Amino acid sequence: MTVPSTLESVNALERAAEEFAARSGFDEDTAPNIAMAVREAAINAVMHGNAYAESKTVTASFESTSDSLVIRIADQGPGLDPSTIPDPLAPENILRGSGRGIFLIRAFMDEVHFRQLHPGTELTLIKHRTPAQPSA
Amino acid sequence: MSMKVSTRQVDGVTVLDLSGRITLGEGSVTLRDAVRDVLSKGSRNILLNLGDISYIDSSGIGELVSAFTSVKNAGGELKLLNLTKKVHDLLQITKLYTVFDIKDDEAKAISSFA
Repeated sequence: MTVPSTLESVNALERAAEEFAARSGFDEDTAPNIAMAVREAAINAVMHGNAYAESKTVTASFESTSDSLVIRIADQGPGLDPSTIPDPLAPENILRGSGRGIFLIRAFMDEVHFRQLHPGTELTLIKHRTPAQPSA
Repeated sequence: MSMKVSTRQVDGVTVLDLSGRITLGEGSVTLRDAVRDVLSKGSRNILLNLGDISYIDSSGIGELVSAFTSVKNAGGELKLLNLTKKVHDLLQITKLYTVFDIKDDEAKAISSFA
């Protein structure tokens, strides 16, 4: 799906992710966490990547495989180097009012990959199934 | 659902009862405005009742931290009351659980303010 760079898109992608995760067999504890990771990725794409530009869009895809849920979210911004993101748990950053989005994505997903699109950044979020979460 | 705030005074403490979602956009702004309003009226002891907060994102967490810092810089105290499991878990993950003074009993929370 391709959506404009708005807060409404962030909410829509979050809802879509939760519904997709639930339909794909993830339980009521895991699906909201996947949705939260997608929300944070969407916020990054809309706010930091595309800077709310009307001319730029966010593209998202959702894929359910036999062993994982794979979600890709891409923006058209200047690009994000994950190595430059400060550690929000460091004492000097703990009281910062922002900078926890990527950290939360990593906390809730099993794998997070960044790919530079020139222009833009694509995040791939992967959640592996556990034996209790068979493919739906 | 956007966030709603109602304010009450209990023994010199301003209690903000929050409900809904504290997220990027309206929810975070509503919280920021509510805390600023309390500080502008001279209150310095603030208890945020989060019992009816169903959801919070990184922006909402950041807003809680900013509120904590603003109140502290104004010479006051901001404490949290009635965390849901979701909010509790997020504050644990982000190591903010030890930064905030977190209470689960309102009467004890009120009496804990200096």
